[in-house]
Amino acid sequence: MMHFGMTDEQRMIVDTTRAFVEAELYPHEALVERTGHLPMEIIREVQAKAIAAGLYAANMPEDVGGAGLDTLSWLLYERELGRANYALHWTCVARPSNILLAGTPEQREKYLYPCIRGEKWDCLAMTEPGAGSDLRGMKASARREGDDWVLNGTKHFISHADIADFAIVFMASGEEVTPRGPKRLITAFFVDKGTPGFTVRDGYRNVSHRGYTNAILEFDNCRLPASHILGEVHKGFEVANTWLGATRLQVAATSLGRADRALGHSVQYAAEREQFGQKIGKFQGISFKLADMAMELKAAELLTWDAAWRFDDGSVTEADMSMAKLKATEVLAMIADEAIQIHGGMGLMDDLPLERIWRDARVERIWEGTSEIQRHIISRQLLRAHGA
Amino acid sequence: MKVLVPVKRVIDYNVKVRVKADGSGVDLANVKMSMNPFDEIAVEQAIRLKEAGTVDEIVVVSIGVKQAQETLRTALAMGADRAILIVAAEDVHNDIEPLAVANLLKAVVDEEGPGLVICGKQAIDNDMNATGQMLSALLGWSQATFASEVAIEGNHAVVTREVDGGLQTIKVAMPTVITADLRLNEPRYASLPNIMKAKKKPLDEKTAADYGVDVTPRLTVVKTTEPAGRKAGIKVGSVDELIAKLKDEAGVI
Repeated sequence: MMHFGMTDEQRMIVDTTRAFVEAELYPHEALVERTGHLPMEIIREVQAKAIAAGLYAANMPEDVGGAGLDTLSWLLYERELGRANYALHWTCVARPSNILLAGTPEQREKYLYPCIRGEKWDCLAMTEPGAGSDLRGMKASARREGDDWVLNGTKHFISHADIADFAIVFMASGEEVTPRGPKRLITAFFVDKGTPGFTVRDGYRNVSHRGYTNAILEFDNCRLPASHILGEVHKGFEVANTWLGATRLQVAATSLGRADRALGHSVQYAAEREQFGQKIGKFQGISFKLADMAMELKAAELLTWDAAWRFDDGSVTEADMSMAKLKATEVLAMIADEAIQIHGGMGLMDDLPLERIWRDARVERIWEGTSEIQRHIISRQLLRAHGA
Repeated sequence: MKVLVPVKRVIDYNVKVRVKADGSGVDLANVKMSMNPFDEIAVEQAIRLKEAGTVDEIVVVSIGVKQAQETLRTALAMGADRAILIVAAEDVHNDIEPLAVANLLKAVVDEEGPGLVICGKQAIDNDMNATGQMLSALLGWSQATFASEVAIEGNHAVVTREVDGGLQTIKVAMPTVITADLRLNEPRYASLPNIMKAKKKPLDEKTAADYGVDVTPRLTVVKTTEPAGRKAGIKVGSVDELIAKLKDEAGVI
């Protein structure tokens, strides 16, 4: 039957990851938040420690050098990493995309293993200026020329493409006729930095996740041999759906970590700060906020852990994962906002991590499927059962 | 050589402790528990000796409630090879006294035959700082307490001790009991792959009765109180006043 406690292994994974995050990531947060930049010396220093602690690329299976965690254990690890500044945990304790596992043996040698060893970084390029939630509407294209493929078009909002050594790029490679009209066919390619016709430009400055950059990728007659195709021709979305796995749950879990951190600060402050001759936690205006924050956080955690457990059990639905992502990111927004309210003016100062948790919360309701897309997925599953 | 490392499950050092309403001790219900930090240092030292080739097997042992197996799993995940849990209490508030622990450890040493025992210098819950010394006396072994540096050289160990006046280096005959001080090393994180492997490492469960050791308490806790709250400070008007107060009132300069 269902068992809601953590196993010994999960408790130790949480302890190790939390200890690492607090000792090795938190000390660098102020620098990254204030400059918007994470220097390479810091990345290399922390990365070496993360590799020694077996935390680096721990999302990967054991046979390729990862920790071989089940989905729930992996997400507990993600929650702990999620407490810290995103650039720090993503870069120094990277989790290479699971889609790299879909590569051929040669592609694994060239891309997967170096990412696991900390010698390379990957990035994933799907979004375009004209294709966000409607990914199939992408314009950037790949056309066959003899044995080669020629890529043209623009991708944007591509996270950490500036430091990545290569990109996995999704391109429109054709069209098929379906009863519901024409449908674009998508193919995924490995594109190395330095390939002629491939340019990475600085992206936009944005409100969330300082130091975690986004970039614009331009393809101008970028020619690639067929060996650069990931998966099969025209099967880009299939390879993504099969291998990308629980990225929505990853967003949920990292959001839970930050929400928990904000709640922790709030409880501590309410227990220590005095106004009108008593601890502010004694005022119902504050204590009821804390109760709601804790209750909502627990609800979001239960949805996430349930979806994680079902993911390995094979019984997970798209709606389960969407509910977890939707709830966790909206709860994070609420908790971040209330945490600042409890702290008053001090909550807005960057001496505490609350103002950035509040800023960082905003993107979580947008990337990996907006809240609206998640609601669409949930309601679609409900209605489909009734033939609608 | 085999090394034995006793580890204790104690209240986590980050927890703000609360004294129980009846003053009989500290409230441990629903409180985060962890491995005693000095025992963590002892485990780390054993792992380093194994990595250096001096030690070939690390056996960790914990005495207390059944939940202490969590602490043993942590030690296995850090790198210990095998664990022994000796259940000697059912209630988490029932602390086993140093003499009973030392008697049980002696029995384990007799059975396991290690060439070295490394303990934490004390547990951070009761701060007894007695188990290592008592064990050494019961075994008739040498002892090297408050170690900040350890070198095993054949049938001797050279240990640097943190004493009040500074550092003292002693040479003791093996087998010996070493107790670890804070600066001996910095314990590693239990790595994720090792955490997953720890599940497969053997953990034997025994009881105090299996060793014929009486764990009945001999000490009585009269009262437990919280430390006195910090008194408000004062503001001084000048450096001269500060120096005068440090000299005349505080007597520190």
